[in-house]
Amino acid sequence: MIEKHTIIVTVINSAGVLARVSGLLSQRGYNIESAIGAPTEDPNIYKLSLVVEETGEHIEQIIKQLNKLVDTVRVTDISHKDNYIVREYIILKIEVNEKKRSDFFELARVFKANLIDVATDHVILELAGTPRKVDRFIEMVKPYGIKEYIRSGEFAMAEYQTPKKGDNKNGD
Amino acid sequence: MNGAEILIDGLRREGVDTIFGYPGGVVIPIFDVLYSTKKIRFLLTRHEQGATHAADGYARSTGKVGVCLVTSGPGATNTITGISTAKLDSSPIVVISGQVATGNIGTDAFQETDMVGLTRSICKHNYLVKDVAELPKTIKEAFYIARTGRPGPVSIDIPVDVSNAKLRNYKYPESVNLPGYKPVKKGNNGQVKKLAEAIARSQKPLLYTGGGIISAEATAELLQLIQKTNIPVVTTLMGLGTVPYDHPCFLGMPGMHGRVAANKALLECDLLIGIGVRFDDRITGPRHTFARQATVAHIDIDPAEIGKNVKTDIPIVGDAKTVLRQLIEKVKPRTNNSWNERTEFWKEKYPLKYKDSGNEPVNPQYVIERLNSLIDKDAILVTDVGQNQMWSALHYNYRYPRKFLSSGGLGTMGFGLPAAMGAAFGNPDTQVVCISGDGGIQMNIQEFATCAINRIPVKIIVLNNAYLGMVRQWQDLFWNKRYAQVCLQRGPDCPDECHGSDENCPTNYLPDLVKVAEANGMTGYRAKTKTEVDEVLKRGLAEEGPVLMEFFVNREENVFPMVSAGKPLSDMMTGE
Repeated sequence: MIEKHTIIVTVINSAGVLARVSGLLSQRGYNIESAIGAPTEDPNIYKLSLVVEETGEHIEQIIKQLNKLVDTVRVTDISHKDNYIVREYIILKIEVNEKKRSDFFELARVFKANLIDVATDHVILELAGTPRKVDRFIEMVKPYGIKEYIRSGEFAMAEYQTPKKGDNKNGD
Repeated sequence: MNGAEILIDGLRREGVDTIFGYPGGVVIPIFDVLYSTKKIRFLLTRHEQGATHAADGYARSTGKVGVCLVTSGPGATNTITGISTAKLDSSPIVVISGQVATGNIGTDAFQETDMVGLTRSICKHNYLVKDVAELPKTIKEAFYIARTGRPGPVSIDIPVDVSNAKLRNYKYPESVNLPGYKPVKKGNNGQVKKLAEAIARSQKPLLYTGGGIISAEATAELLQLIQKTNIPVVTTLMGLGTVPYDHPCFLGMPGMHGRVAANKALLECDLLIGIGVRFDDRITGPRHTFARQATVAHIDIDPAEIGKNVKTDIPIVGDAKTVLRQLIEKVKPRTNNSWNERTEFWKEKYPLKYKDSGNEPVNPQYVIERLNSLIDKDAILVTDVGQNQMWSALHYNYRYPRKFLSSGGLGTMGFGLPAAMGAAFGNPDTQVVCISGDGGIQMNIQEFATCAINRIPVKIIVLNNAYLGMVRQWQDLFWNKRYAQVCLQRGPDCPDECHGSDENCPTNYLPDLVKVAEANGMTGYRAKTKTEVDEVLKRGLAEEGPVLMEFFVNREENVFPMVSAGKPLSDMMTGE
């Protein structure tokens, strides 16, 4: 069964580390739905959030292969774990004429979307929330006419008791 | 000290005494330092691919890290096949390539190629050294990564300005700090206990061992386990030599060209214990058909191998030597039972067979059988890839680890000769014999000169059938004998469609390999008949320097047993 998994990869902040991770996944024929990465509070550590849609067997292989990279410190599959805060960010440009504007603003307010710019024929807004909330917002604003949007992809942080260092590293 | 001096100093500190390679513009600073370094021998090959395979052959035969030094651009790209070969067979090599100056990287400069980009998916780890201050740490890490855990190739790309840059306060690091790389040695005690219990319960246990035994230097432990438990054992191509060919518990190599007894044992065992193997498709056939009836235990140092191809019931991550010691301690002695008798029966019932083709042409299997009697008992045999490789794996009497070398995973034609050269360079007192086909030998034939000039005494056997024999065999068996582009003597006068050799085929094969050998300053012998085989082998093996021994073998001889691609192991063809 194909499932969506969010995997957090903690790596050494070294040259080409992004290429190593993305190259590994494409080399073995796995599909990445989204991948985002950025430095962390420790300048030597870089964190990547990957969303992949694969079967459980493949997910296990992906995690093992990621662990095998010399630069990988830790790999955590946070799917089905409830101690993680998962967020996504989106910027949208939506066609809204004057007639529908007040309706639309009401909708944006309910979702706590932030207005960035208003023009005669469109508005630009931003929204941060759970991936589900972002999906839902896109669905709701679709009837107005979406001109363009860009999503960050998922990223996450453990709320409490992060797994021990080296977790998953040994496989048995 | 400058970067080049630091590099050579670092190599010496890592115990490197031999480098294989080829110079070029951006590595002149390194070669210049090397030129006056007496403690490191350098072998100038005639092609960078030869240098990489030679480093690999050196590594496989000595257990040390093989080192290769080449220039940027084409020098670097010519190492790709060798690096990939080493990766698939977990052979520890370090490939050092020059790079254009840091300021020119990304400008498509002369002889610039993105080496880290190219090698990312085919090496264990790689480096582009942009600052001379990082060079000492990089060398230390590269050797550590190459030789520990599951060994493998590491590439270091060094821009020319880094080689020339001075570093004050140079100090070679004493240890590595790699938070993301911590290979596990010891197996989980609980799992080892579980395996020992499974062995005690099992009626039909089978050991399935591979190259991991050799990498971990665990041959003695494996033999000890077999002695204590009498469990029958099959060994992959990469593991040949760990269990001597005539060991009573040994059933041979399993898989596509495996021995019948080995495959039958895989099909019937109730407990399969894989050690240092990767359940390769050439062993398993279609995964869903493999070892369905058995409890599968898998001991491997690479966690990613466990459960990758076959569902594993008892996974044990660890070094084969350490885990085997743990297991030997826990396992109860086991005596021969009806299962042992059954495997014994298969061995007797299905011996290796081939159809005698008379005095002429020579049976290729016969050449190997005669070699068994005439070769030194502790010789190193290096094969090329294809039929010659499978005949060697089936018919050669291997006795010791690190003495049967072959490109298993990548199946690299052209591997044999340069790897044998590297093995001979690393084992000057050991006889080194290379068995190749006429196709493979031509892929790195330029190394004849390297052998002759440097007096590297490789004994080269070519089983010449004027075909790319393994592909021809597939076309013979599965493609209605449509011999598309597999005949190395095919010329403009040949019919459009050829379905086999006949009396119109040329009898003087080109190139004349004996003349090629002679042109390179080597001796060449040729046997066209069975009666000449012994004489050629005796004279060739007695020769002091490198020598070519060519045998005109039965052109359409096939390798049997064989399981067709995509078929389960139960579908064995024995060629009868």
